[in-house]
Amino acid sequence: MIGLQPEGDVDWSMYRGIMVVVEQRSGVAKPVSWQLLGEARRLADKLDAPLMALVMGQDVSHIAQQAIGYGADIVYHADAPELKDYRTRPYSRVCLKVIKTYRPEIVLMGATYTGRDLAGAIATHLPTGLTADSTQLDVDDERLLLASRPAFSEKMLATILCKQFKPQMATVRAGVFQALPYDEKRTGKIIAVHQDMHENDIVTKVLEFVQDDNRVNLEDAQVIVAGGRGLGGPDGFKLLHELANVLGGTVAASRAATDLGWIDHAYQVGQTGTTVRPKLYFAIGISGAVQHVVGMQNSDYIVAINKDPNAPIFQIANYGIVGDLFEIVPLLTKAFQERLTPVMAR
Amino acid sequence: MHIVVCIKQVPDSREIRIDPKTNTLIRQGVPAIVNYYDLHGLEEALRIKDEFGARVTVITMGPPSAEKALCQCVSMGADEGVLVSDRAFAGADTLATSYVLALTIQKAEDTWGPVDMIFCGKQTLDGDTGQVGPGIACRLDMDQLTYVELFESLDIEKQEVVVRRHLEDGVERVRARLPVLITALDILNRPRRASLPGVLRAARYKPIVWTTNDFSNLDRSKIGLKGSPTIVSKTWVPEPKQVNTEYVDSANVVAAATDLLNRLYATELPQKLGWS
Ligand SMILES: Cc1cc2nc3c(=O)[nH]c(=O)nc-3n(C[C@H](O)[C@H](O)[C@@H](O)COP(=O)(O)OP(=O)(O)OC[C@H]3O[C@@H](n4cnc5c(N)ncnc54)[C@H](O)[C@@H]3O)c2cc1C
Ligand SMILES: Cc1cc2nc3c(=O)[nH]c(=O)nc-3n(C[C@H](O)[C@H](O)[C@H](O)COP(=O)(O)OP(=O)(O)OC[C@H]3O[C@@H](n4cnc5c(N)ncnc54)[C@H](O)[C@@H]3O)c2cc1C
Repeated sequence: MIGLQPEGDVDWSMYRGIMVVVEQRSGVAKPVSWQLLGEARRLADKLDAPLMALVMGQDVSHIAQQAIGYGADIVYHADAPELKDYRTRPYSRVCLKVIKTYRPEIVLMGATYTGRDLAGAIATHLPTGLTADSTQLDVDDERLLLASRPAFSEKMLATILCKQFKPQMATVRAGVFQALPYDEKRTGKIIAVHQDMHENDIVTKVLEFVQDDNRVNLEDAQVIVAGGRGLGGPDGFKLLHELANVLGGTVAASRAATDLGWIDHAYQVGQTGTTVRPKLYFAIGISGAVQHVVGMQNSDYIVAINKDPNAPIFQIANYGIVGDLFEIVPLLTKAFQERLTPVMAR
Repeated sequence: MHIVVCIKQVPDSREIRIDPKTNTLIRQGVPAIVNYYDLHGLEEALRIKDEFGARVTVITMGPPSAEKALCQCVSMGADEGVLVSDRAFAGADTLATSYVLALTIQKAEDTWGPVDMIFCGKQTLDGDTGQVGPGIACRLDMDQLTYVELFESLDIEKQEVVVRRHLEDGVERVRARLPVLITALDILNRPRRASLPGVLRAARYKPIVWTTNDFSNLDRSKIGLKGSPTIVSKTWVPEPKQVNTEYVDSANVVAAATDLLNRLYATELPQKLGWS
């Protein structure tokens, strides 16, 4: 196995179209898959090529159908008990079969734990180049995929190409691209793919999956309410939780707050924490140190609340309120609650 | 038991700064460290060694200066450190790297006996792809358990391991059979400090060095820059976002809250977030 070679014909012009590998758990697709289809639709139209999706799992025909509604022209659908839980071997085997048979020129997956696990195995097997963790995608006149990814703790961006082999592969971060509105009436082709591994030949067994609803998941959050040293203590986070709850968002923190033990390290945003790109980010009692800013500057909208008018956070904020967070945040929560609650109760 | 731990010496990227004038990286004075996650892989290997007895071989592909990183691992308790080093390996992407590391592991098997387990880090601080571990497993036709947060058990008789894999939405308990490749998260364990005998041994220790000439079956078209399908075509420092901050008058805080809310409602946020 060690030095793998592309098999058979190496007429790369036979490779056409974009394939998105859809990730799901227990029959529910991960949002990143639909986000990827949205962006891949744009690229496929630019290439004048079909957009394919690959759906694997057990009892997932509804996901194959959804993939069409989210933009796919052709869906390859592998349904088998052996594919109930993700495991590298059976999943990569199906993927390889589909890629070798239908020859997409580009293959995209979410840069999730599962996506990275699978993509790393497949790219080695084919073999081909794989760009990790992309945040920008494009194609050029020579049909090359331009996949750009952050480098050096988000300080730079690098555009990576693969000219030598096909398909060109990339994993893509969740939350970067937008899914197309779901179109029930869209039509497409669903092609069944046979899974040919026997359970006895799959050594790895998933014993159980324990869902963790309290898992801090800043990467996928659409609204983040972040607090810093200005909160004055762990109690300050209660105010943020209230605002976050009303907005269906997630609380986060600066390193000052996590270092002081006011909130768990898992909530830290920034260079040594998580990089986030929500639609809306509140920086409350956060000064805006560069190490914090690199982790959140790509949020669509930033609101800063700080009593210091010279705090650097205001330089990158779309909206600023100079004032005392303890006064403003509860009023803001109340204002949103009044406006949003009747709708949510419907 | 023979366990191989893959480590990479990396610049501590947390310390890298950008020169604001030239928009290039300032690498000077940036310390070289053993990739943070790899030490957690080493620690788990050493724990298995402590409990069951094992030979722990640490391998790295890198420049001669990476010897220091191997010595650090020896000071913690690794038995042997192998540096795979040659100018021809330079510029490798993950595909070329996993090729050389797989060959190295094969040679380590020929030298010290069959490998039962391989530990890698979740990802590196510099390349940050997390692709090398799966690449090695694929090349050696081994099962892989990535993103492991807890090493639950090892049954030598049955040749089985049970681990907990960390996922975005929960934790998965998985059983696999040896040989297996595991990639380590930082929550897996707390790496030990070097022991005094370890420090003494490391002070005199010379890592084994293998170059291209030491691999009889090496395909030169698969290594280094030439063997790397990915090409970095350009790098740039993103322009800081240009924003015209709209300040909300906070003289009257109640009015300020409503004012901010109205401004947010005037954007596309309500549509994107489903507010109405
Ligand atoms: C800014 C930048 C972006 C890059 N982007 C890509 C990309 O998108 N795709 C791509 O294929 N390559 C990419 N590369 C090249 C790639 O990062 C490395 O050069 C490659 O040698 C190792 O990959 P990694 O650092 O990502 O390792 P990872 O895959 O993140 O490493 C995982 C584990 O593998 C082991 N390991 C990794 N390297 C070694 C080694 N040399 N010796 C021993 N063990 C090791 C360690 O246990 C490590 O924890 C990029 C490099 C840079 C600098
Ligand atoms: C290598 C390295 C890595 C780092 N990584 C990170 C990282 O990942 N993430 C990170 O966040 N930091 C990181 N830091 C730390 C960073 O440099 C800052 O120290 C940290 O972000 C400051 O947190 P803060 O803004 O909460 O605190 P401060 O800078 O102390 O700011 C508190 C702010 O609250 C305001 N305030 C106080 N009271 C009120 C009030 N009642 N109402 C309104 N405003 C009020 C103040 O005006 C002030 O602006 C790192 C540092 C280093 C050296």
